[in-house]
Amino acid sequence: MGTLSIAGKTIELDADGHLANRTDWTEDMAREIAAQDGIPELTPQHWAVINFMRTVFAKEGDAPSIRRLTKESGVDTKTLYQLFPKGPAKRAAKIAGLPKPKGCI
Amino acid sequence: MRHMLILGGGTAGTIMANKLASALDERDWRITVVDATEEHYYQPGFLFVPFGIYRMREIVKPRRQFLPGRIQFILSGIERIDAEKKTVMLSVGESLRYDCLIIATGADIHPEQTDGLFDEEWGRSKFDFYTPKGADRLAQFLKGWQGGKLVLSITEMPIKCPVAPLEFLFLADAYFTERGMRDKVDIHLVTPLSGAFTKPTSSDVLGEFLERKGITVTPDFDLGRVDSKEKKLVAWDETEVSYDLLVSIPTNMGNACIARSGMGNELNFVPTDKQTLKADGLEDVFVLGDASNLPSSKAGSVAHFQSEILFQNILEHIEGRPACAHFDGHANCFIESGFGKGLLIDFNYETEPLPGEFPLPGIGPFKLLQESSINHYGKMMFRWVYWNLLLRGVELPIEAEMSMAGKQVR
Repeated sequence: MGTLSIAGKTIELDADGHLANRTDWTEDMAREIAAQDGIPELTPQHWAVINFMRTVFAKEGDAPSIRRLTKESGVDTKTLYQLFPKGPAKRAAKIAGLPKPKGCI
Repeated sequence: MRHMLILGGGTAGTIMANKLASALDERDWRITVVDATEEHYYQPGFLFVPFGIYRMREIVKPRRQFLPGRIQFILSGIERIDAEKKTVMLSVGESLRYDCLIIATGADIHPEQTDGLFDEEWGRSKFDFYTPKGADRLAQFLKGWQGGKLVLSITEMPIKCPVAPLEFLFLADAYFTERGMRDKVDIHLVTPLSGAFTKPTSSDVLGEFLERKGITVTPDFDLGRVDSKEKKLVAWDETEVSYDLLVSIPTNMGNACIARSGMGNELNFVPTDKQTLKADGLEDVFVLGDASNLPSSKAGSVAHFQSEILFQNILEHIEGRPACAHFDGHANCFIESGFGKGLLIDFNYETEPLPGEFPLPGIGPFKLLQESSINHYGKMMFRWVYWNLLLRGVELPIEAEMSMAGKQVR
């Protein structure tokens, strides 16, 4: 398990490289994780997605699928892939400080 | 007289109808099964149809043949479920009141959900094998195909029988080899998953199988649209894969009546307690098989294991006691690997498919996550087991709860 250093603080990560404790998350940290992941700037659209994911997770215990993001967050699929290239559901979850989505078998 | 209403007469609904028919007193309960069609297909058989191993008429029987005499069968679609009024409105106009409802309406493919997938080329250069018509048309096409690039594309998860796409690829490899044209066919798997399968150990093993058979895998491909003219798949991030023959596993969704009832998630699957199988937030409603949003596989074996748990819970529930039997996510799937061999996987919510023997440690006779002829015979014998034992609710010598016996932990 790794750690992440932000503003002199060391934060614990899980086996997938996501935050181990959701309560550690701050908006600054989201910017930091995004930057390390190759997304230099978080726009209001990024934040709309991130906040939607956090709301769903707090209520249901799992991050929403891409299909649900498209349907309910107000951001279409094409844009989602531009905002979070190569797998919006996974990357947005990481930036939002949530565990990797469980997905389905 | 109380009313047990079962929506759907597929694997899940039929097993449940049989179990309840012998357990519920005829003087207290009447039991009804509603389904929109008369035909019960042995769905695991669809896989074999494109390769001429089964013909469609060998895998279909009348639904009513598997329902005991005391059960009323109504041939109708379902318009809407009103859980507050405990009523189901049927497409034929009638309304049914229930005391206990079992939703077993399954999942179906929806090619129209993907841009450019469902057009005039559907059934000509683009096929499915999850429907009787699709599997039949693909069989006709393959007979005359001269070769080219065969791409099997999984649109999005979850899908029914998540191992079926891999089995299709293995069988395609064997089919073209036996016809002496394997060198003329390029076989590809294009998947949104990060590897051949979802769980790490089995994904590695199955990935090696694909490689050995010369099947190329394009992972992490989220299909955005299909271009029928250029014959290519285009991902949301604009990466492309071309094809000559597309075998598509389209988006799987629950029945439209779930959406009309305002009960489903974004794919019309009913939010369900993953242990008790009670529909979330609804009284006297249970969900069985592919219709639920459970994180277990959508497969007949899962519906069967769930049915044993649900049977106990329903008997408790109608006596006013809490549902205390818990489903563990158990799935058990034979995987045809071609040339008369097969693999077997056995897993649940917590335990991924592991190598070993099944069901008896050291003896088997089935091998877990390894190729063997006996696994293939197990798969082929299963059709008989399905019609004669499984659907009739007969107890099989496999426990609903997964066992670690015979499994090797790395």
